[in-house]
Amino acid sequence: MMSAPVLDGWFTLDERPHLLGNRCRACGTYYFPKLSTGFCRNPDCDGEAFEDTPLSRTGTLWSFTNAVYQPPAPYVASEPFQPFGIGAVELEKEKMIVLGQLATGTELSSLKAGTPMELVLEPLDDGKLTWKWKVVR
Amino acid sequence: MSTNRDIAILGVGMHPWGKWGRNFVEYGVKAARDAIADASVNWRDIRFVSGAATIRNGYPGQVAGATFAQALGWQGAQVNTSYAACASGSQALAAARSKILSGECEVALVVGADTTPKGFLKPAPGDRPDDPDWVRFRLGITNPTYFALYARRRIELYGDTPADFALVKVKNSEHGLENPNARYRKRFSAEDVAASAMLADPLRLMDVCAVSDGGAALVVSSLDYARRIGKAGAPRVAAISTVTPSFASELVEMPDIATDSAVACAPQSFRAALPKKAYEEAGIGPEDVSLAEVYDLSTALELDWIEDLQLCRRGEAARLVREGATRVGGRIPVNPSGGLACFGEAVPAQAIAQVCELTWQLRGQAGARQVANAKVGITANQGLFGHGSSVIVTC
Repeated sequence: MMSAPVLDGWFTLDERPHLLGNRCRACGTYYFPKLSTGFCRNPDCDGEAFEDTPLSRTGTLWSFTNAVYQPPAPYVASEPFQPFGIGAVELEKEKMIVLGQLATGTELSSLKAGTPMELVLEPLDDGKLTWKWKVVR
Repeated sequence: MSTNRDIAILGVGMHPWGKWGRNFVEYGVKAARDAIADASVNWRDIRFVSGAATIRNGYPGQVAGATFAQALGWQGAQVNTSYAACASGSQALAAARSKILSGECEVALVVGADTTPKGFLKPAPGDRPDDPDWVRFRLGITNPTYFALYARRRIELYGDTPADFALVKVKNSEHGLENPNARYRKRFSAEDVAASAMLADPLRLMDVCAVSDGGAALVVSSLDYARRIGKAGAPRVAAISTVTPSFASELVEMPDIATDSAVACAPQSFRAALPKKAYEEAGIGPEDVSLAEVYDLSTALELDWIEDLQLCRRGEAARLVREGATRVGGRIPVNPSGGLACFGEAVPAQAIAQVCELTWQLRGQAGARQVANAKVGITANQGLFGHGSSVIVTC
């Protein structure tokens, strides 16, 4: 059985997953997470209509790091704590940078800015599914 | 240089930074009394008390202006409290300047103080998927994550190294050695930094600042009032920039999970916008600056600020540090106080403390850390929720 997502409605649960955002119908600005106020944040746009849209599931690595120490709650850690990587990935079409954990087993030493990355789903330590960034093979 | 919108800094005071565990009011009042004594004014002559709020200390912290006014002894002054995260102190100073320039009062007190909890900063409890701060912690993204992403970006873009970042810590630890208000007054070597535990690659524990207790205060007045009490030569606040970011954000800002989409608007640097407005307001440029106090939440972030302040071109800050240009005695000293590396962050007091340091420097009272011939100082800081500030002090 597929485990539950850590955040409902933030990403699709299929084999080639996408983050779920929305987009202003007037100026084309994307939002992730989805803009829920109903008013576009572009200061020059009066847009009040938005369409849900999946975001590109591939991009290029902007920067990366890791969490060597256990983050505080609401992060749920396994015992003992397993350090994990974190990536910032630039999406070309949306012109935005999105954070996420790096896929389990990603070696920081193998990464550099510009590395092609894709979205995958993996469980967090408590079993809840989240999106992660993985190097495109 | 503009003068008609300047205000005078008559007095400055600080309670030493540390992990004292006492009530924040004590730190604020100590700093305020020192500032009032330094200004040689009577407490009853101060007609506006502008407090910077602390959100961690209950109701008294949320009404800091009134809390400090009562603790100093109610005398019928008007009060105000400002909250703008790390820029709270600058916003409180801006409120005082507005009162003075509008003619509503001649002399005002600006105070900020904080008592901080132990350990890492963490979010409020409860399940809140609509709160970006909850979301990022749920995914394991802490404050050092953001500092580390920016630091790694410097490595990737400019070829900076962790050894360059360590030089910032070494330099700031030397600056803070003789500063009586600094919490950490110990010399650290590059080897010490390299031997400290990795926190968020490429940043080690000694690359990232702590949180501290502390208090800082300013007594400010109209130029006319300063002249009347024989302080015509007092340092002046020439600019206070507290602008918001401009859409679309260039960097993923804490606590967000993504930048704005730059499909319709070009990406804008928030950090660079803060001093830009300050320079415009003061009618000066980066070439006029004698020294800078910047928010070194991490060692690498100090390098970003040096470039945001236009003290060198993008990507050249590490070279400045390697050459010793940012040390006291160098071409453009940065964080002569020792910076957050030696203080740790006491949020509502920190922006005020930066102005205290510029004041001592411009008066030539900074002792062992004195910057020779200091004429113009600039501060810069950035905090959560689109808050940040840059203040210029001239003499």
